[in-house]
Amino acid sequence: MNDAETTRTPFDPAILFKALFLAVIAVLVLVPLLATLLGGFKSLGELRVNPFGLPRHWEWQNYADILFSARYWQLLRNSLVISTLAVILTLIVASMAAFTFAHVKFYGSSMLLSYLTLGLLFPAATAVLPLFIKVRDLGLLDTYFGVALPQVAFSLAMSVLLLRRFFKDIPYELLEAALVDGCSYIKFFRYVTLPLSRPILATVGTITFVNSWNAYLLPLVMLNTDALYPWPLGIMVYQGEYSSEWHLILAFITLTILPTVILFLLAQKHIVAGLTAGAVKG
Amino acid sequence: MSVAQTSFSPTAVRGPGWDGRFTVLILFLPPALLLFTLFVVLPIGEAAWYSAFSWNGFGRPTNWIGFDNYRFVLETRAFWLALRNNGLIIAVSVLIQLPLALTLALMLAERFRGAVALRMLFFMPYILAEIATGLIFSFVYDGDYGLVASIWRTFGAEPPHLLASTDTAMLAVLIVVVWKYFGFHMMLFIAALQGLDKSLVEAATIDGATRSQTLRHVVVPLLYPTIRLSVFFAIIGSLQLFDLVMPLTRGGPADSSNTMVSFLYNNGISRMRVGYGSAIGVILFVICVTFAFTYKRWFMRDE
Repeated sequence: MNDAETTRTPFDPAILFKALFLAVIAVLVLVPLLATLLGGFKSLGELRVNPFGLPRHWEWQNYADILFSARYWQLLRNSLVISTLAVILTLIVASMAAFTFAHVKFYGSSMLLSYLTLGLLFPAATAVLPLFIKVRDLGLLDTYFGVALPQVAFSLAMSVLLLRRFFKDIPYELLEAALVDGCSYIKFFRYVTLPLSRPILATVGTITFVNSWNAYLLPLVMLNTDALYPWPLGIMVYQGEYSSEWHLILAFITLTILPTVILFLLAQKHIVAGLTAGAVKG
Repeated sequence: MSVAQTSFSPTAVRGPGWDGRFTVLILFLPPALLLFTLFVVLPIGEAAWYSAFSWNGFGRPTNWIGFDNYRFVLETRAFWLALRNNGLIIAVSVLIQLPLALTLALMLAERFRGAVALRMLFFMPYILAEIATGLIFSFVYDGDYGLVASIWRTFGAEPPHLLASTDTAMLAVLIVVVWKYFGFHMMLFIAALQGLDKSLVEAATIDGATRSQTLRHVVVPLLYPTIRLSVFFAIIGSLQLFDLVMPLTRGGPADSSNTMVSFLYNNGISRMRVGYGSAIGVILFVICVTFAFTYKRWFMRDE
Protein backbone atom coordinates (compact mmCIF):
# COMPACT_ATOMS: atom_id res chain seq x y z
CA MET A 1 0.00 0.00 0.00
CA ASN A 2 1.50 3.34 -0.95
CA ASP A 3 0.82 6.79 0.41
CA ALA A 4 -1.04 8.07 -2.60
CA GLU A 5 -3.55 5.29 -2.27
CA THR A 6 -4.28 5.87 1.41
CA THR A 7 -5.02 9.52 0.81
CA ARG A 8 -7.32 8.68 -2.09
CA THR A 9 -9.33 5.90 -0.50
CA PRO A 10 -10.47 7.20 2.86
CA PHE A 11 -9.70 4.04 4.76
CA ASP A 12 -9.08 5.25 8.24
CA PRO A 13 -9.26 2.92 11.26
CA ALA A 14 -10.87 5.74 13.23
CA ILE A 15 -13.76 5.86 10.78
CA LEU A 16 -14.17 2.11 10.85
CA PHE A 17 -14.22 2.19 14.64
CA LYS A 18 -16.74 5.00 14.61
CA ALA A 19 -19.01 3.15 12.20
CA LEU A 20 -18.80 -0.01 14.30
CA PHE A 21 -19.56 1.88 17.48
CA LEU A 22 -22.59 3.60 15.95
CA ALA A 23 -23.79 0.29 14.53
CA VAL A 24 -23.56 -1.43 17.91
CA ILE A 25 -25.55 1.33 19.63
CA ALA A 26 -28.10 1.36 16.81
CA VAL A 27 -28.57 -2.40 17.18
CA LEU A 28 -28.96 -2.11 20.96
CA VAL A 29 -31.64 0.54 20.49
CA LEU A 30 -33.44 -1.19 17.65
CA VAL A 31 -33.49 -4.82 18.79
CA PRO A 32 -35.86 -4.43 21.77
CA LEU A 33 -38.20 -2.30 19.65
CA LEU A 34 -38.19 -4.68 16.67
CA ALA A 35 -38.53 -7.73 18.90
CA THR A 36 -41.62 -6.11 20.42
CA LEU A 37 -43.15 -5.35 17.03
CA LEU A 38 -42.37 -8.81 15.62
CA GLY A 39 -43.22 -10.61 18.86
CA GLY A 40 -46.78 -9.44 18.40
CA PHE A 41 -46.91 -11.47 15.16
CA LYS A 42 -45.78 -14.72 16.75
CA SER A 43 -47.52 -17.43 18.67
CA LEU A 44 -46.50 -17.91 22.27
CA GLY A 45 -44.74 -21.15 21.41
CA GLU A 46 -42.72 -19.57 18.65
CA LEU A 47 -41.85 -16.58 20.83
CA ARG A 48 -40.17 -18.93 23.26
CA VAL A 49 -37.85 -20.53 20.72
CA ASN A 50 -37.47 -17.61 18.33
CA PRO A 51 -37.74 -14.24 20.10
CA PHE A 52 -35.36 -12.41 17.73
CA GLY A 53 -36.11 -13.48 14.18
CA LEU A 54 -38.93 -12.92 11.75
CA PRO A 55 -42.06 -14.91 12.55
CA ARG A 56 -42.35 -18.21 10.66
CA HIS A 57 -46.12 -17.85 10.70
CA TRP A 58 -47.43 -14.33 10.76
CA GLU A 59 -50.21 -14.32 13.35
CA TRP A 60 -52.23 -11.31 12.27
CA GLN A 61 -54.88 -12.40 14.70
CA ASN A 62 -53.03 -10.94 17.74
CA TYR A 63 -53.08 -7.46 16.30
CA ALA A 64 -56.51 -7.80 14.72
CA ASP A 65 -58.11 -8.90 18.00
CA ILE A 66 -56.79 -5.80 19.75
CA LEU A 67 -57.62 -3.44 16.91
CA PHE A 68 -61.19 -4.71 16.81
CA SER A 69 -61.65 -4.56 20.57
CA ALA A 70 -63.56 -1.68 22.13
CA ARG A 71 -61.04 -1.68 24.95
CA TYR A 72 -58.08 -0.47 22.85
CA TRP A 73 -60.00 2.41 21.35
CA GLN A 74 -61.46 3.39 24.68
CA LEU A 75 -57.97 3.65 26.19
CA LEU A 76 -56.73 5.77 23.32
CA ARG A 77 -59.83 7.96 23.48
CA ASN A 78 -59.40 8.57 27.21
CA SER A 79 -55.74 9.46 26.70
CA LEU A 80 -56.63 11.73 23.83
CA VAL A 81 -59.31 13.54 25.84
CA ILE A 82 -57.03 14.09 28.84
CA SER A 83 -54.05 15.18 26.74
CA THR A 84 -56.15 17.51 24.60
CA LEU A 85 -57.66 19.11 27.70
CA ALA A 86 -54.18 19.56 29.16
CA VAL A 87 -52.80 21.07 25.94
CA ILE A 88 -55.68 23.50 25.37
CA LEU A 89 -55.78 24.67 28.98
CA THR A 90 -51.99 25.00 29.19
CA LEU A 91 -51.83 27.02 25.99
CA ILE A 92 -54.62 29.39 27.04
CA VAL A 93 -53.63 29.88 30.65
CA ALA A 94 -49.86 29.98 30.10
CA SER A 95 -49.95 32.29 27.07
CA MET A 96 -52.18 34.78 28.90
CA ALA A 97 -49.86 34.82 31.89
CA ALA A 98 -46.74 34.95 29.71
CA PHE A 99 -48.19 37.88 27.76
CA THR A 100 -48.79 39.80 30.97
CA PHE A 101 -45.28 39.08 32.23
CA ALA A 102 -43.75 40.03 28.87
CA HIS A 103 -45.63 43.22 28.04
CA VAL A 104 -47.37 44.67 31.07
CA LYS A 105 -45.19 46.41 33.62
CA PHE A 106 -46.67 46.29 37.08
CA TYR A 107 -45.51 46.24 40.66
CA GLY A 108 -44.62 42.70 41.78
CA SER A 109 -44.30 41.32 38.26
CA SER A 110 -40.90 39.72 38.75
CA MET A 111 -41.91 38.41 42.16
CA LEU A 112 -44.97 36.67 40.73
CA LEU A 113 -42.89 35.22 37.92
CA SER A 114 -40.39 33.73 40.35
CA TYR A 115 -43.32 32.36 42.33
CA LEU A 116 -44.53 30.49 39.23
CA THR A 117 -41.06 29.17 38.42
CA LEU A 118 -40.92 27.49 41.82
CA GLY A 119 -42.79 24.77 39.98
CA LEU A 120 -39.58 23.81 38.18
CA LEU A 121 -37.90 22.80 41.39
CA PHE A 122 -39.76 19.69 42.42
CA PRO A 123 -41.71 16.85 40.80
CA ALA A 124 -45.47 16.41 41.12
CA ALA A 125 -44.88 13.18 43.03
CA THR A 126 -43.73 14.99 46.18
CA ALA A 127 -47.19 16.30 46.96
CA VAL A 128 -49.29 13.64 45.33
CA LEU A 129 -51.12 12.56 48.51
CA PRO A 130 -52.35 16.04 49.48
CA LEU A 131 -53.07 16.61 45.79
CA PHE A 132 -55.26 13.50 45.83
CA ILE A 133 -57.15 14.82 48.85
CA LYS A 134 -57.54 18.25 47.23
CA VAL A 135 -58.88 16.75 44.01
CA ARG A 136 -61.22 14.54 46.05
CA ASP A 137 -62.51 17.49 48.08
CA LEU A 138 -63.14 19.42 44.87
CA GLY A 139 -65.24 16.50 43.65
CA LEU A 140 -62.94 15.93 40.66
CA LEU A 141 -61.81 12.44 41.61
CA ASP A 142 -62.45 9.97 38.81
CA THR A 143 -62.92 12.69 36.18
CA TYR A 144 -60.78 13.74 33.23
CA PHE A 145 -60.33 17.17 34.79
CA GLY A 146 -59.00 15.64 37.99
CA VAL A 147 -56.02 14.45 35.94
CA ALA A 148 -55.74 17.29 33.43
CA LEU A 149 -55.90 20.25 35.83
CA PRO A 150 -52.95 19.18 38.01
CA GLN A 151 -51.02 18.37 34.84
CA VAL A 152 -51.68 21.90 33.57
CA ALA A 153 -50.64 23.36 36.91
CA PHE A 154 -47.36 21.45 36.89
CA SER A 155 -46.56 22.33 33.28
CA LEU A 156 -47.25 26.05 33.80
CA ALA A 157 -43.80 27.03 35.06
CA MET A 158 -41.92 25.76 32.02
CA SER A 159 -44.61 26.86 29.56
CA VAL A 160 -44.82 30.42 30.89
CA LEU A 161 -41.02 30.77 30.78
CA LEU A 162 -40.77 29.51 27.19
CA LEU A 163 -43.68 31.63 25.96
CA ARG A 164 -42.59 34.77 27.78
CA ARG A 165 -39.14 34.65 26.24
CA PHE A 166 -40.67 34.39 22.79
CA PHE A 167 -43.28 37.12 23.41
CA LYS A 168 -40.59 39.48 24.65
CA ASP A 169 -38.90 39.36 21.25
CA ILE A 170 -41.96 40.91 19.65
CA PRO A 171 -40.86 44.56 19.31
CA TYR A 172 -42.25 46.80 22.01
CA GLU A 173 -42.71 49.57 19.41
CA LEU A 174 -45.30 47.40 17.71
CA LEU A 175 -47.36 47.23 20.88
CA GLU A 176 -46.87 50.93 21.53
CA ALA A 177 -48.02 51.86 18.05
CA ALA A 178 -51.02 49.57 18.31
CA LEU A 179 -52.03 51.07 21.66
CA VAL A 180 -51.71 54.61 20.31
CA ASP A 181 -53.97 53.61 17.43
CA GLY A 182 -56.58 52.56 19.96
CA CYS A 183 -55.99 48.80 19.92
CA SER A 184 -56.42 47.23 23.35
CA TYR A 185 -53.91 44.91 25.00
CA ILE A 186 -56.33 42.05 24.64
CA LYS A 187 -56.86 42.65 20.92
CA PHE A 188 -53.11 42.94 20.47
CA PHE A 189 -52.67 39.62 22.23
CA ARG A 190 -55.34 37.96 20.13
CA TYR A 191 -54.46 39.42 16.72
CA VAL A 192 -50.71 40.08 16.90
CA THR A 193 -48.98 38.10 19.64
CA LEU A 194 -50.69 34.75 19.16
CA PRO A 195 -50.46 34.59 15.35
CA LEU A 196 -46.78 35.59 15.50
CA SER A 197 -46.05 32.93 18.10
CA ARG A 198 -47.21 29.79 16.30
CA PRO A 199 -43.83 28.02 16.46
CA ILE A 200 -43.46 28.39 20.22
CA LEU A 201 -47.13 27.54 20.80
CA ALA A 202 -46.59 24.37 18.76
CA THR A 203 -43.50 23.53 20.81
CA VAL A 204 -45.19 24.10 24.17
CA GLY A 205 -48.26 22.23 22.98
CA THR A 206 -46.17 19.27 21.88
CA ILE A 207 -44.24 19.03 25.16
CA THR A 208 -47.47 19.19 27.15
CA PHE A 209 -49.12 16.62 24.91
CA VAL A 210 -46.28 14.10 25.09
CA ASN A 211 -45.97 14.49 28.88
CA SER A 212 -49.70 14.09 29.42
CA TRP A 213 -50.04 11.23 26.93
CA ASN A 214 -47.29 9.27 28.67
CA ALA A 215 -48.22 10.15 32.26
CA TYR A 216 -48.83 7.32 34.69
CA LEU A 217 -48.67 8.46 38.33
CA LEU A 218 -51.36 11.16 38.29
CA PRO A 219 -54.02 9.10 36.48
CA LEU A 220 -53.11 6.13 38.67
CA VAL A 221 -53.88 8.14 41.78
CA MET A 222 -56.86 10.14 40.48
CA LEU A 223 -58.86 7.53 38.52
CA ASN A 224 -60.67 4.48 39.86
CA THR A 225 -62.97 3.55 37.00
CA ASP A 226 -61.54 1.32 34.28
CA ALA A 227 -63.69 3.09 31.70
CA LEU A 228 -61.76 6.32 32.27
CA TYR A 229 -58.25 4.85 32.21
CA PRO A 230 -55.74 6.33 29.79
CA TRP A 231 -53.57 3.82 27.96
CA PRO A 232 -50.59 3.62 30.39
CA LEU A 233 -52.99 2.47 33.13
CA GLY A 234 -54.92 0.26 30.74
CA ILE A 235 -51.85 -1.51 29.47
CA MET A 236 -50.72 -2.28 33.02
CA VAL A 237 -54.14 -3.81 33.72
CA TYR A 238 -53.89 -5.75 30.46
CA GLN A 239 -50.47 -7.04 31.41
CA GLY A 240 -51.85 -8.10 34.77
CA GLU A 241 -54.61 -10.11 33.08
CA TYR A 242 -52.45 -11.82 30.44
CA SER A 243 -49.43 -12.09 32.69
CA SER A 244 -47.31 -14.46 30.63
CA GLU A 245 -49.02 -14.39 27.26
CA TRP A 246 -46.26 -12.20 25.96
CA HIS A 247 -47.32 -12.36 22.31
CA LEU A 248 -50.56 -10.53 23.16
CA ILE A 249 -48.86 -8.07 25.49
CA LEU A 250 -46.22 -7.26 22.86
CA ALA A 251 -48.90 -6.64 20.24
CA PHE A 252 -50.72 -4.39 22.70
CA ILE A 253 -47.55 -2.44 23.52
CA THR A 254 -46.81 -1.98 19.82
CA LEU A 255 -50.28 -0.65 19.12
CA THR A 256 -50.20 1.76 22.06
CA ILE A 257 -46.81 3.25 21.25
CA LEU A 258 -47.66 3.50 17.57
CA PRO A 259 -49.46 6.87 17.94
CA THR A 260 -46.44 8.31 19.77
CA VAL A 261 -44.05 7.07 17.11
CA ILE A 262 -46.21 8.44 14.29
CA LEU A 263 -46.55 11.79 16.05
CA PHE A 264 -42.81 11.81 16.56
CA LEU A 265 -42.10 11.18 12.88
CA LEU A 266 -44.59 13.86 11.85
CA ALA A 267 -43.60 16.51 14.36
CA GLN A 268 -40.00 15.58 15.12
CA LYS A 269 -38.84 19.13 14.61
CA HIS A 270 -41.14 20.48 17.32
CA ILE A 271 -40.56 17.57 19.64
CA VAL A 272 -36.77 17.68 19.51
CA ALA A 273 -36.76 21.48 19.68
CA GLY A 274 -39.28 21.50 22.50
CA LEU A 275 -37.79 18.79 24.64
CA THR A 276 -34.18 19.88 24.29
CA ALA A 277 -34.28 23.63 23.58
CA GLY A 278 -36.79 24.11 26.36
CA ALA A 279 -34.29 22.44 28.58
CA VAL A 280 -31.23 24.29 27.28
CA LYS A 281 -32.72 27.71 27.68
CA GLY A 282 -34.89 27.00 30.69
CA MET B 1 -26.09 61.05 26.92
CA SER B 2 -28.21 64.01 25.95
CA VAL B 3 -29.37 62.20 22.84
CA ALA B 4 -30.53 59.31 24.96
CA GLN B 5 -32.39 61.69 27.23
CA THR B 6 -34.22 63.54 24.51
CA SER B 7 -35.35 60.32 22.83
CA PHE B 8 -36.62 59.02 26.15
CA SER B 9 -40.35 58.93 25.85
CA PRO B 10 -42.61 59.32 28.86
CA THR B 11 -45.09 56.85 27.42
CA ALA B 12 -42.55 54.07 27.89
CA VAL B 13 -42.71 54.54 31.64
CA ARG B 14 -46.40 54.90 32.23
CA GLY B 15 -47.32 53.24 29.00
CA PRO B 16 -50.31 54.35 27.04
CA GLY B 17 -53.61 53.26 28.44
CA TRP B 18 -53.19 52.29 32.07
CA ASP B 19 -56.80 51.13 32.12
CA GLY B 20 -56.05 48.58 29.44
CA ARG B 21 -53.20 47.25 31.51
CA PHE B 22 -55.43 46.87 34.54
CA THR B 23 -57.96 44.82 32.54
CA VAL B 24 -55.17 42.53 31.34
CA LEU B 25 -53.88 42.11 34.88
CA ILE B 26 -57.21 41.06 36.34
CA LEU B 27 -58.15 38.86 33.39
CA PHE B 28 -54.90 37.25 32.29
CA LEU B 29 -52.98 36.46 35.46
CA PRO B 30 -55.48 34.90 37.88
CA PRO B 31 -56.11 31.63 35.98
CA ALA B 32 -52.42 30.69 36.02
CA LEU B 33 -51.85 31.85 39.60
CA LEU B 34 -54.98 30.13 40.83
CA LEU B 35 -54.21 26.77 39.18
CA PHE B 36 -50.61 26.90 40.30
CA THR B 37 -51.45 27.81 43.88
CA LEU B 38 -54.26 25.31 44.16
CA PHE B 39 -52.53 22.26 42.66
CA VAL B 40 -48.83 22.89 43.26
CA VAL B 41 -48.12 25.22 46.16
CA LEU B 42 -50.95 24.37 48.55
CA PRO B 43 -50.43 20.60 48.35
CA ILE B 44 -46.78 21.03 49.31
CA GLY B 45 -47.81 23.11 52.32
CA GLU B 46 -50.49 20.60 53.20
CA ALA B 47 -48.00 17.77 52.92
CA ALA B 48 -45.98 19.44 55.67
CA TRP B 49 -49.16 19.78 57.78
CA TYR B 50 -50.47 16.24 57.17
CA SER B 51 -47.07 14.76 57.89
CA ALA B 52 -47.60 15.57 61.57
CA PHE B 53 -50.63 13.28 61.77
CA SER B 54 -51.38 9.62 61.66
CA TRP B 55 -54.23 9.78 59.16
CA ASN B 56 -55.86 7.50 56.60
CA GLY B 57 -57.30 10.36 54.55
CA PHE B 58 -60.90 10.12 55.73
CA GLY B 59 -62.59 12.73 57.87
CA ARG B 60 -60.31 15.35 59.41
CA PRO B 61 -56.76 14.64 60.57
CA THR B 62 -56.94 14.60 64.39
CA ASN B 63 -54.31 12.19 65.58
CA TRP B 64 -51.34 14.56 66.01
CA ILE B 65 -48.07 12.68 66.35
CA GLY B 66 -45.52 15.43 65.77
CA PHE B 67 -42.38 14.32 64.00
CA ASP B 68 -43.01 10.61 64.48
CA ASN B 69 -43.75 10.04 60.79
CA TYR B 70 -40.32 11.36 59.91
CA ARG B 71 -38.79 9.10 62.50
CA PHE B 72 -40.70 6.11 61.06
CA VAL B 73 -39.50 6.94 57.56
CA LEU B 74 -35.89 7.33 58.60
CA GLU B 75 -36.04 4.06 60.54
CA THR B 76 -37.26 2.15 57.49
CA ARG B 77 -34.52 0.21 55.77
CA ALA B 78 -36.37 0.48 52.45
CA PHE B 79 -36.09 4.27 52.60
CA TRP B 80 -32.31 4.13 52.71
CA LEU B 81 -32.31 1.50 49.97
CA ALA B 82 -34.41 3.81 47.82
CA LEU B 83 -32.07 6.71 48.51
CA ARG B 84 -29.09 4.53 47.63
CA ASN B 85 -30.79 3.48 44.39
CA ASN B 86 -31.37 7.11 43.46
CA GLY B 87 -27.67 7.65 44.10
CA LEU B 88 -26.84 4.69 41.84
CA ILE B 89 -29.00 6.11 39.05
CA ILE B 90 -27.19 9.43 39.32
CA ALA B 91 -23.79 7.69 39.33
CA VAL B 92 -24.62 5.63 36.24
CA SER B 93 -26.07 8.69 34.50
CA VAL B 94 -22.94 10.74 35.12
CA LEU B 95 -20.28 8.05 34.69
CA ILE B 96 -21.73 5.99 31.83
CA GLN B 97 -24.63 7.74 30.17
CA LEU B 98 -23.06 11.20 29.94
CA PRO B 99 -19.77 10.09 28.29
CA LEU B 100 -21.77 7.88 25.92
CA ALA B 101 -24.11 10.73 25.00
CA LEU B 102 -21.21 13.12 24.53
CA THR B 103 -19.27 10.69 22.33
CA LEU B 104 -22.30 10.03 20.15
CA ALA B 105 -23.05 13.75 19.91
CA LEU B 106 -19.50 14.49 18.74
CA MET B 107 -19.86 11.78 16.10
CA LEU B 108 -23.33 12.74 14.94
CA ALA B 109 -22.95 16.52 15.00
CA GLU B 110 -20.89 16.15 11.82
CA ARG B 111 -22.71 15.93 8.54
CA PHE B 112 -22.63 12.56 6.84
CA ARG B 113 -25.17 10.30 5.26
CA GLY B 114 -27.38 8.77 7.90
CA ALA B 115 -26.34 11.11 10.71
CA VAL B 116 -29.79 12.63 11.05
CA ALA B 117 -31.49 9.24 10.88
CA LEU B 118 -29.21 7.92 13.63
CA ARG B 119 -29.91 10.96 15.80
CA MET B 120 -33.63 10.33 15.47
CA LEU B 121 -33.20 6.64 16.18
CA PHE B 122 -31.21 7.32 19.35
CA PHE B 123 -33.72 9.94 20.46
CA MET B 124 -36.64 7.54 19.92
CA PRO B 125 -36.43 5.74 23.30
CA TYR B 126 -36.78 9.09 25.03
CA ILE B 127 -40.19 9.84 23.56
CA LEU B 128 -41.61 6.39 24.34
CA ALA B 129 -43.72 6.31 27.47
CA GLU B 130 -41.84 5.03 30.49
CA ILE B 131 -44.58 2.49 31.05
CA ALA B 132 -44.17 1.10 27.53
CA THR B 133 -40.38 1.04 27.88
CA GLY B 134 -40.65 -0.75 31.20
CA LEU B 135 -42.98 -3.36 29.72
CA ILE B 136 -40.75 -3.88 26.67
CA PHE B 137 -37.81 -4.53 28.94
CA SER B 138 -39.73 -6.76 31.28
CA PHE B 139 -40.13 -8.88 28.13
CA VAL B 140 -36.45 -8.51 27.23
CA TYR B 141 -35.47 -9.68 30.72
CA ASP B 142 -38.16 -12.37 31.02
CA GLY B 143 -36.57 -15.62 32.14
CA ASP B 144 -38.78 -17.82 29.93
CA TYR B 145 -39.56 -15.87 26.78
CA GLY B 146 -37.20 -12.93 26.85
CA LEU B 147 -34.30 -11.94 24.65
CA VAL B 148 -31.75 -12.29 27.44
CA ALA B 149 -33.02 -15.79 28.21
CA SER B 150 -32.72 -16.75 24.56
CA ILE B 151 -29.11 -15.56 24.41
CA TRP B 152 -28.32 -17.49 27.57
CA ARG B 153 -29.91 -20.64 26.14
CA THR B 154 -27.83 -20.54 22.96
CA PHE B 155 -24.82 -20.87 25.24
CA GLY B 156 -26.51 -23.76 26.95
CA ALA B 157 -26.89 -21.97 30.26
CA GLU B 158 -29.95 -21.84 32.47
CA PRO B 159 -31.57 -18.40 31.88
CA PRO B 160 -31.56 -16.09 34.89
CA HIS B 161 -34.65 -14.25 36.12
CA LEU B 162 -32.92 -10.90 36.35
CA LEU B 163 -35.88 -8.92 37.67
CA ALA B 164 -36.73 -11.48 40.34
CA SER B 165 -33.40 -11.45 42.14
CA THR B 166 -32.40 -8.84 44.69
CA ASP B 167 -28.87 -8.95 43.28
CA THR B 168 -29.72 -8.08 39.70
CA ALA B 169 -33.06 -6.22 39.72
CA MET B 170 -31.55 -2.78 40.26
CA LEU B 171 -28.81 -3.44 37.71
CA ALA B 172 -31.48 -4.34 35.18
CA VAL B 173 -33.34 -1.09 35.94
CA LEU B 174 -30.13 0.92 35.54
CA ILE B 175 -29.53 -0.53 32.08
CA VAL B 176 -33.03 0.52 31.02
CA VAL B 177 -32.45 4.01 32.42
CA VAL B 178 -29.38 4.43 30.21
CA TRP B 179 -31.17 2.91 27.19
CA LYS B 180 -34.07 5.30 27.58
CA TYR B 181 -32.35 8.59 28.40
CA PHE B 182 -28.97 8.68 26.63
CA GLY B 183 -30.62 10.01 23.45
CA PHE B 184 -32.03 13.01 25.27
CA HIS B 185 -28.63 13.97 26.63
CA MET B 186 -27.10 13.36 23.21
CA MET B 187 -29.57 15.82 21.70
CA LEU B 188 -28.67 18.40 24.36
CA PHE B 189 -25.02 18.08 23.32
CA ILE B 190 -25.79 18.18 19.60
CA ALA B 191 -27.83 21.35 20.08
CA ALA B 192 -24.92 22.87 22.01
CA LEU B 193 -22.35 21.75 19.43
CA GLN B 194 -24.34 23.35 16.64
CA GLY B 195 -24.37 26.61 18.54
CA LEU B 196 -20.61 26.57 19.07
CA ASP B 197 -18.43 29.31 17.71
CA LYS B 198 -16.76 27.53 14.76
CA SER B 199 -13.98 30.12 14.53
CA LEU B 200 -12.43 28.83 17.76
CA VAL B 201 -12.17 25.33 16.35
CA GLU B 202 -10.77 26.69 13.09
CA ALA B 203 -8.24 28.80 14.98
CA ALA B 204 -7.05 25.74 16.87
CA THR B 205 -6.74 23.76 13.64
CA ILE B 206 -4.78 26.55 11.98
CA ASP B 207 -2.49 26.68 14.99
CA GLY B 208 -1.69 23.05 14.33
CA ALA B 209 -3.78 21.28 16.95
CA THR B 210 -4.67 17.70 16.09
CA ARG B 211 -8.28 16.58 16.09
CA SER B 212 -8.08 15.02 19.52
CA GLN B 213 -6.27 18.05 20.93
CA THR B 214 -8.94 20.34 19.54
CA LEU B 215 -11.59 18.12 21.04
CA ARG B 216 -10.04 17.94 24.46
CA HIS B 217 -8.84 21.51 24.84
CA VAL B 218 -11.35 23.50 22.82
CA VAL B 219 -14.63 21.70 22.17
CA VAL B 220 -15.17 19.93 25.48
CA PRO B 221 -14.38 23.02 27.62
CA LEU B 222 -16.84 24.99 25.50
CA LEU B 223 -19.43 22.33 26.35
CA TYR B 224 -18.99 22.58 30.14
CA PRO B 225 -22.21 24.55 30.62
CA THR B 226 -24.12 21.86 28.73
CA ILE B 227 -22.39 19.10 30.69
CA ARG B 228 -23.46 20.76 33.93
CA LEU B 229 -26.99 21.06 32.56
CA SER B 230 -27.00 17.40 31.56
CA VAL B 231 -25.90 16.38 35.06
CA PHE B 232 -28.62 18.60 36.49
CA PHE B 233 -31.28 16.83 34.43
CA ALA B 234 -29.88 13.42 35.31
CA ILE B 235 -30.21 14.20 39.02
CA ILE B 236 -33.69 15.76 38.78
CA GLY B 237 -34.77 12.85 36.58
CA SER B 238 -33.46 10.30 39.04
CA LEU B 239 -35.33 11.95 41.91
CA GLN B 240 -38.65 11.59 40.07
CA LEU B 241 -38.14 8.21 38.43
CA PHE B 242 -41.23 6.08 38.97
CA ASP B 243 -43.10 5.07 35.82
CA LEU B 244 -40.17 3.02 34.54
CA VAL B 245 -39.76 1.04 37.75
CA MET B 246 -43.40 0.00 38.11
CA PRO B 247 -43.71 -2.31 35.08
CA LEU B 248 -40.23 -3.72 35.63
CA THR B 249 -40.12 -4.57 39.32
CA ARG B 250 -42.60 -2.42 41.28
CA GLY B 251 -39.62 -1.62 43.46
CA GLY B 252 -39.04 -5.22 44.43
CA PRO B 253 -37.98 -7.84 45.12
CA ALA B 254 -37.74 -6.98 48.81
CA ASP B 255 -37.55 -3.23 48.06
CA SER B 256 -34.22 -3.75 46.29
CA SER B 257 -35.11 -1.60 43.26
CA ASN B 258 -37.28 1.12 44.80
CA THR B 259 -36.64 4.74 43.91
CA MET B 260 -37.77 7.51 46.25
CA VAL B 261 -41.04 7.94 44.37
CA SER B 262 -41.83 4.24 44.07
CA PHE B 263 -41.06 3.92 47.79
CA LEU B 264 -43.50 6.80 48.38
CA TYR B 265 -46.09 5.07 46.21
CA ASN B 266 -45.72 1.62 47.74
CA ASN B 267 -45.68 2.79 51.35
CA GLY B 268 -47.78 5.93 51.38
CA ILE B 269 -50.20 6.11 48.48
CA SER B 270 -51.21 2.53 47.84
CA ARG B 271 -51.99 2.05 51.55
CA MET B 272 -53.50 5.52 52.02
CA ARG B 273 -51.16 6.32 54.89
CA VAL B 274 -51.47 10.05 54.27
CA GLY B 275 -49.29 11.24 57.15
CA TYR B 276 -46.47 8.80 56.48
CA GLY B 277 -46.62 9.36 52.70
CA SER B 278 -46.65 13.13 53.18
CA ALA B 279 -43.54 12.88 55.34
CA ILE B 280 -41.77 11.00 52.51
CA GLY B 281 -43.01 13.67 50.08
CA VAL B 282 -41.66 16.47 52.28
CA ILE B 283 -38.29 14.74 52.55
CA LEU B 284 -38.18 14.37 48.76
CA PHE B 285 -39.21 18.00 48.36
CA VAL B 286 -36.45 19.19 50.69
CA ILE B 287 -33.89 17.08 48.81
CA CYS B 288 -35.03 18.46 45.42
CA VAL B 289 -35.11 22.10 46.49
CA THR B 290 -31.83 21.98 48.43
CA PHE B 291 -30.19 20.27 45.50
CA ALA B 292 -31.60 22.68 42.91
CA PHE B 293 -30.46 25.75 44.85
CA THR B 294 -26.99 24.48 45.73
CA TYR B 295 -26.38 23.19 42.24
CA LYS B 296 -27.47 26.48 40.70
CA ARG B 297 -25.32 28.43 43.13
CA TRP B 298 -22.22 26.28 42.77
CA PHE B 299 -22.22 25.14 39.19
CA MET B 300 -24.52 27.28 37.10
CA ARG B 301 -23.74 30.72 38.45
CA ASP B 302 -23.38 32.38 35.08
CA GLU B 303 -26.48 30.92 33.42
